[in-house]
Amino acid sequence: MTRTLIWLPLLLFLAFFGLFASGLLKPDDHLINSRLVGQPLPAFSLPAAASDRPALDSTEFATGKPRLLNIFASWCVPCAAEAPQLLALKQAGVEIDAIAIRDARPDVDRFLTRYGNPYTRIGLDARSTVQMALGSSGVPETFVVDGRGKILHQHIGDIRADDVPDILKIVKDAR
Amino acid sequence: MKRLLALILLVFAAPALAQTALPPAPYADRQLDDPALEAKARDLMTTIRCLTCQSQSIADSNASLAGDMRSEIRQRIAQGEAPEHIRAWLIQRYGDWVSYVPTAAPILWPLWAAPLVLLFLGGLLVRSRIRRRRR
Amino acid sequence: MIAEAGLVALWLAAALAFLQLALAWFGLVGGKDELLEAMRPVAVTQGVLTGLSFLLLITLFVQSDMSVALVATNSHSMKPWLYKVAGTWGNHEGSMLLWVTVMGVAGGAVALFERALRRDTHMATLGAQAAISLGFYAFLLFASNPFARLETPPPDGQGLNPLLQDPGLAFHPPTLYVGYVGLSVAFSFAVGALLTRRVDAAFAKAMRPWVLAAWIMLTLGITAGSYWAYYELGWGGWWFWDPVENASLMPWLAATALLHSATVLATRDALRAWTIMLAVVAFSMSMVGTFLVRSGILTSVHAFAVDPQRGTFILGLLALYIGGALALFALRIGTVREGQQFELVSRETTLVINNLLLTVILGLVLIGTLYPLMTEAFGHKVSVGPPYFDRIVGPITLVLVMFMAAGPLTRWRKDRAKAVGTRMLVPAIVLVVAFVALGALAWGRMGILPFLGLTVAAAVAVGSVAPLWKRNLRRTPLFNWGMVIAHLGCAVSLAGMASDSAFTVEKLVAAKPGDTISTAGWTLHFDRIVPVAGDNWTALQGDMTVSRGNGAAVAIHPQSRFFTNPPTTTTEAALLTRWDGQLYVVLGQEAEQGRWQMRIWWKPFVTLIWLGGIMIALGGALALLGRERRGWVMKIRKRRAMA
Repeated sequence: MTRTLIWLPLLLFLAFFGLFASGLLKPDDHLINSRLVGQPLPAFSLPAAASDRPALDSTEFATGKPRLLNIFASWCVPCAAEAPQLLALKQAGVEIDAIAIRDARPDVDRFLTRYGNPYTRIGLDARSTVQMALGSSGVPETFVVDGRGKILHQHIGDIRADDVPDILKIVKDAR
Repeated sequence: MKRLLALILLVFAAPALAQTALPPAPYADRQLDDPALEAKARDLMTTIRCLTCQSQSIADSNASLAGDMRSEIRQRIAQGEAPEHIRAWLIQRYGDWVSYVPTAAPILWPLWAAPLVLLFLGGLLVRSRIRRRRR
Repeated sequence: MIAEAGLVALWLAAALAFLQLALAWFGLVGGKDELLEAMRPVAVTQGVLTGLSFLLLITLFVQSDMSVALVATNSHSMKPWLYKVAGTWGNHEGSMLLWVTVMGVAGGAVALFERALRRDTHMATLGAQAAISLGFYAFLLFASNPFARLETPPPDGQGLNPLLQDPGLAFHPPTLYVGYVGLSVAFSFAVGALLTRRVDAAFAKAMRPWVLAAWIMLTLGITAGSYWAYYELGWGGWWFWDPVENASLMPWLAATALLHSATVLATRDALRAWTIMLAVVAFSMSMVGTFLVRSGILTSVHAFAVDPQRGTFILGLLALYIGGALALFALRIGTVREGQQFELVSRETTLVINNLLLTVILGLVLIGTLYPLMTEAFGHKVSVGPPYFDRIVGPITLVLVMFMAAGPLTRWRKDRAKAVGTRMLVPAIVLVVAFVALGALAWGRMGILPFLGLTVAAAVAVGSVAPLWKRNLRRTPLFNWGMVIAHLGCAVSLAGMASDSAFTVEKLVAAKPGDTISTAGWTLHFDRIVPVAGDNWTALQGDMTVSRGNGAAVAIHPQSRFFTNPPTTTTEAALLTRWDGQLYVVLGQEAEQGRWQMRIWWKPFVTLIWLGGIMIALGGALALLGRERRGWVMKIRKRRAMA
């Protein structure tokens, strides 16, 4: 009994060592994914965020066609960086709706004139309420929603050029 | 001169650091009028983890999303929602990570059992050191 | 030239460490005790060289020598003088140099001053110290050279993280480091004792002052760090159970347990294996803490010098030294008798229970801190935060401090339960009276834990000074005073913690200049917002006057500071200290209509937390002084007797 017990500290240490090593080896992943992926989009209704785009309502997602829901803000620098990729997705025939977080209409208008406007509808979420309801933790983020209003995928952070094919594929598979 | 320059810089540079174009949400930094409700909200806020920070509760964070979450929580508490209901609502969206109070999920059972196990093992060890009967 | 000289000094020190290790090896294998005399100057010179190298790095920082890469990335020529000096250890390389310096100087001190230890154990101890030092020299010289030069020096440097530009940085990290690394001495003692199979009372007596010294510094470092976080982060919290904070707490818990188990070993020649184990664990916790802080595998508010590659190196050292020591423990400890058993009613029993509870708390803090890492391995993200630690560690701590007060009231070897009961009568009455009185006054207005905390603090405060009861105070030995003051400090600190969570009044307002705000008996008049400029920052400052009751008005100036190098905003809280608490005012963001967000806290007796910390350290210092002085006195007497 005591013979084996005295090796216990070393064994415990080795377990911790393994834990530390695995912690070092795993890729740095501080992203918090939404738990709603695979579930229906929560119900919401937001006023229009831009002068020339209509408001956004969650019922508009269950229309038989998959759509992207982009979470962005005019004050967010990476959002400007992902604008070309969103335009490319729009070109490829993907419908994109958006929610502008903690924003104001003149700022959104200016942002859209400067970086292009790939959006069909834009809702204004001034207090991040819908962002919370979606389980989204920052800007920009993009959700893929299928034709029945179910969330299929969440992309956290700006969409880079090499992410575009993956997102296109998810949208295509949803049809 | 350098100081003056720095002051001018300060005035113009401040908005560039902002995380939002809007002022904070109504109840982000405003307490509820009823102290009992405010205490309830405060207890909940100190145990909800800020999503955009390193390792802070939303009660201790300047991040604008944390401010919006505080406002949301205060408003819901004011409407009579139970704090644990709000916590469950958040966990449903962000997972167990968002709650600083470890939940009762099976993966957390060992964590809750740890104090009992350690005290029990320690107790055994101590008992072996103490003489049972006086000689 | 200075940088090169520093590097040369470092290489020489490393070479001497190697020589020291070799001497220990030959001395032990060949049974040549006289080699110890040769090791002494080697160890001392090594300490001097590391100290020299560290002083040279400070010189480079003070001179703002931007051709040195470390200075260029972590300093700025416009920075105030104090922060140039403090900048030396406000980064990875500099703090690792501080680490080896403390290790080298501590090794030199062990060589120079330690006279009580058997010669072979002394040699093995110095050899072990050299072996650990070598690993850290290698880390410094091959992976984090602080003296590396730049080919094209920048004119000004990149500056230091503004959160670190605070007097707190000048004091907190070095103190904590001396404590952290000072525990390496305890580790070397344990390895030395295992190698030479000399685990006995004499060994514990020799080790105790070194542990005590490191523990005093750790206590001061943690106290200072907590106060620093309290005023610098601007949220009124003083302990967040953040991974980095836990990393500093764990060595302290282990060292506290070690201090008490070493006393049992020194007095009763028991708890041998346990004391050795704690000595190894204490320094392991220092290394694990450093690993956790530097590797970035856990997210923290206080994240510092994060780099996974450095993490790998530290993990390697961790495996080598801790794994090696634990293997040695397993191989050798079977030959060490555990010593006598104890009577149930005896001071030994209270000390063993104290050790058990401290170790359980240590285990829980370790598990709680690492648990998110464990679940992540299973793809499940969780957070373990203040609510868990408060609920779990809080109650155990209350039991622990009650045993702490009971220990000194119990006799060594064997005591009568009835006599102990009599001695504890007064603290027990205080406990009951405090419980009833506080319950009648404030039941339902505070949480159960703060309520129990205040009650227990009152009883433990009385129990801590009870050992002085009916004693001739002038003839009470200094180390008894030390123990009493340290234990009283725990009660004081506990009272502060409980009072802060029970009675703090928080007020959040959006106020315009000209507004008057009243909260918790204080009246605060918001006069105006003015821009101010410091050496390397500008700030928006709120000019306010506060008064309480009919008392005189005092001006306070909370600021929102903006640093340009690197660009960062910090809040500088205004703290107003009174005998019965602290007023804490923070100027927040600008809100609509010319209003400013303000956070105001009145924290009754919060300062007791740190006062208690200082008392604990002071008690340790008195105990150290008392024991050492007794040693000197006895030596002088012996010398006189021989003459």
